Amino acid sequence: MSTEATVDFDDALTRYEPALGFEVHVELNTKTKMFSDAPNEFGDEANTNVTPVDLGLPGTLPVVNGKAIEYSIKLGLALNCSIAESCRFARKNYFYPDNPKNFQTSQYDEPIAFDGYLDIELDSGRVIRVEIERAHMEEDAGKLTHLGGATGRIQGASASLVDYNRAGVPLVEIVTKPILGVGADAPELGRKYVAAVRDIVKALDVSDARMERGNVRCDANVSLAPIGAEKLGTRSETKNVNSLRSIERAVRYEIERHAAILDAGGSVVQETRHWHEDTRTTSSGRPKSDADDYRYFPEPDLVPVVTSRERVEEIRATLPELPAARRTRLKADWGFSDEEFRDVVNAGLDEALEATVTAGATPAAARKWWMGEISRLAKDGEVEPTELGILPADVVEVEGLIGEKKINDKIAKQVLQFVAAGEGRPAAIVEARSLAVVSDDGPLLAAIEDAMAGAPDVVEKIKAGKVAAIGALIGPVMKATRGQADAGRVRELVLEKLGVQG
Amino acid sequence: MTDIITLSASALAEKLRAGELTSVEAVQAHLDRIAAVDDAEHGVHAFLHVNAEEALAVAAEVDAIRAAGGAEAAALHPLAGVPIAVKDLIVTKGQPTTAGSRMLEGWMSPYDATVIEKIRAAKLPILGKTNLDEFAQGSSTEHSAFGNTRNPWDLTRIPGGSGGGSAAAVAAFEAPLALGTDTGGSIRQPGAVTGTVGAKPTYGAVSRYGAIAMASSLDQIGPVARTVLDSALLQELIGGHDPRDSTSLPETVPALADAARQGAAGDLSGVRVGVIKELQGEGYEAGVQARFDESLELLKARGAQIVEVSCPHFQYALAAYYLIMPSEMSSNLAKFDGVRYGNRVLPTDGNVTIERVMGATRAAGFGDEVKRRIILGTYALSAGYYDAYYGSAQKVRTLIQRDFAAAFERADVLISPTAPTVAFELGAKLDDPLAMYLNDVATIPANLAGVPGISVPGGLSDGLPVGIQFLAPAREDARMYRAAAALEAALEEEWGHPLLADAQDLEQAVAAAKEGAK
Repeated sequence: MSTEATVDFDDALTRYEPALGFEVHVELNTKTKMFSDAPNEFGDEANTNVTPVDLGLPGTLPVVNGKAIEYSIKLGLALNCSIAESCRFARKNYFYPDNPKNFQTSQYDEPIAFDGYLDIELDSGRVIRVEIERAHMEEDAGKLTHLGGATGRIQGASASLVDYNRAGVPLVEIVTKPILGVGADAPELGRKYVAAVRDIVKALDVSDARMERGNVRCDANVSLAPIGAEKLGTRSETKNVNSLRSIERAVRYEIERHAAILDAGGSVVQETRHWHEDTRTTSSGRPKSDADDYRYFPEPDLVPVVTSRERVEEIRATLPELPAARRTRLKADWGFSDEEFRDVVNAGLDEALEATVTAGATPAAARKWWMGEISRLAKDGEVEPTELGILPADVVEVEGLIGEKKINDKIAKQVLQFVAAGEGRPAAIVEARSLAVVSDDGPLLAAIEDAMAGAPDVVEKIKAGKVAAIGALIGPVMKATRGQADAGRVRELVLEKLGVQG
Repeated sequence: MTDIITLSASALAEKLRAGELTSVEAVQAHLDRIAAVDDAEHGVHAFLHVNAEEALAVAAEVDAIRAAGGAEAAALHPLAGVPIAVKDLIVTKGQPTTAGSRMLEGWMSPYDATVIEKIRAAKLPILGKTNLDEFAQGSSTEHSAFGNTRNPWDLTRIPGGSGGGSAAAVAAFEAPLALGTDTGGSIRQPGAVTGTVGAKPTYGAVSRYGAIAMASSLDQIGPVARTVLDSALLQELIGGHDPRDSTSLPETVPALADAARQGAAGDLSGVRVGVIKELQGEGYEAGVQARFDESLELLKARGAQIVEVSCPHFQYALAAYYLIMPSEMSSNLAKFDGVRYGNRVLPTDGNVTIERVMGATRAAGFGDEVKRRIILGTYALSAGYYDAYYGSAQKVRTLIQRDFAAAFERADVLISPTAPTVAFELGAKLDDPLAMYLNDVATIPANLAGVPGISVPGGLSDGLPVGIQFLAPAREDARMYRAAAALEAALEEEWGHPLLADAQDLEQAVAAAKEGAK
């Protein structure tokens, strides 16, 4: 694979304006497939989740999955789309062995949802409106595994295996209109847009939304035109970029690659590109012309999908709060600054905070623990903060123990470590490990007297009114009580004992 | 034995119920007849596969239930034990399904069509699978990959198509009932040229699940029989909503047999029969026109009011059909590529890639007529031609539906000759596809509009059967059965016997053909 020339990203943007377009495929998590009653299950033994319909056996007919229609409408509404009162499926005809009928049943000129948008907020605070052209239903193809080649690709393979378990899995394809005027924000916008779609389908529970399993797949279209030009440049379509980070990188790489071609006076080839995560580059796929002839025609085995306005409103009424609205609400409820809130969201901890607040903690305390000690523990352990085994209720419990002055912040951090280590819940750990702050004045007074006896000069200073000198007594008291003393209480007792006003 | 095979399905069912005959006797009589007349080389050759063992087993089961009496016997379907033949386009477990094509030679379906499930549930012994033009594409059964079927009236002539096997089997008394499929006339035109009854139900009245699709928006499974009543009984059995076919109608099956009995009782007063001006005259043989005109007189005598209706867009029906049908068919047949099932053919030069295997498989597996239509359909759907061809054809389809709607304002049922000619000589039109296509000019409009149609024997022209077609509005199949039964009764009263009683002695004819070949 030859390395293609690239131009520095910032340099490229001094001369060219990028235009983006995204096609995001979302696999719906319906129980059965789009047109058959075969289970829609990932990871089962090859060719077991199939019926005669999925294998395209002679005589079989498709029947539309009503749940898939409902999910598609939900998704369309969440993308601020209009929902078609009547729409049809079409056949996209092409011969390929992952496609058991040699046509894909898809929607062509009559998508179920159209004319929507998503507002995407960037780290800078800039909000970009991404216009959605359409969201249409279709069926997934089977999965090909190529044997004998070096790269797992079809080139050089000696045989290919086909698994039709995935054939007929319901998909919604979300297509944006060209996104213009984003400039250097293009890579970040790509990542945030796909993240927004993923978060929406997750919130709607219409997809498992696991990008690593291909539940959400993105094709990224990139083109460059000289700044000020009226016409869009020639685009490349990078297929199946399946992580958020890769989308950002792929958009960036394609901008750098296109700029180099254009700088050299060349022209960009209209083609699909393959993304390589290892080298963080793309390579040439197949040429793609606008005139690919799929001989679309309305699917005669299916009747139109008719959705009454009442039904649309019924479905709209069932929509959960969507991620964007939820964030606006949480930010206001919690009273965080823009920066504080953004950090929480970027850390992926907004849900954990919400659960913690719901469980009884103050927003500030929830943020303090999740963004502080818990995140630090996660970083050390190289896992996500939410995967440590520390529950929102644990944070609330720890806060309660601090409030009761049973422990202090320092011990609280230890307690959280012990929770993460699987030792149980905080109160039980404090009990079992005798971590409670010593608030019984008896042992404390003894420790104080010992400390005072060991430092008569300090006692004199305090008596003379230098109250700050108490600090020199707190150290020995803490040592004597193995850190379990409450420093404030120690101070009070010393002053009381010496009859000094604090 | 001859007595058993000439019984109509309803008469045979009556004898089975009365205990005068056993189902095993009935099945055996038909198997014997098949053995006597169905020789592939010289005989009728209606069957591609004979399912003797299973048919006898089902018959024995019915006989046992009947002998035991009680609730189970009382619950038997009225047609239980009456044997049936199935067009080899309809998939069946346990028997091969070929669609008349090398592509599927030896293929066994792992599932039953919905109509087959219903037939098995009603315990009709399945005698076997009948011959057809490859993938139901043709009007003469000469395009079968497994040799043509011969017309029982004259073994040198075609039995019609594509369902020539089912019609010939019934005409030859090899089966009292059969299933057919009708995309442009494949049940009705064979019915006409073999002197049998064939009905295409309203689109959606019978599930298409398990009928190998030719043109999805036109295909319908329907009954093939020797009487209108038998046809109605069989349609009642196979009809009704099927959740596996999205285009299946939601309604329950209407009382078709009652309508047929009502019609046979004779009175058609107040029934308006519309004669379609465009489906007679030029292009129709004089003998066909004469039998048609006589039928009108008989209907009039039974009280029907004859009115003339005009369907001006029918002249475009054939052209529209030969765009819509190949377009849908080219897509429906794309799945036959040798990857998952059926025959696989490797390229001879050893350069094996998936595209070349698909190409070689399809080149070897499909016959010329199928290839001709795939090319037509692929072209008609291509970018830049779609609007002019497929798009325009769909507009014609709408206009034809409007013609029907207007005609049914003025008439309760419509009538025409089923086919413009009687059975032609084998080979006569093989080199002239357009002449072959013209044979379906009168049957195609019903498929384009989704309305029901039936062909009943209307007499002979030069010793060969002529068919009369009745058409009714969608979902009004009962109306069609009533009118058809009335004409059938009137004609049989005139003749003094069913038309098939005039047919040649087939066993002699087959023996003579074998002799002549020596």
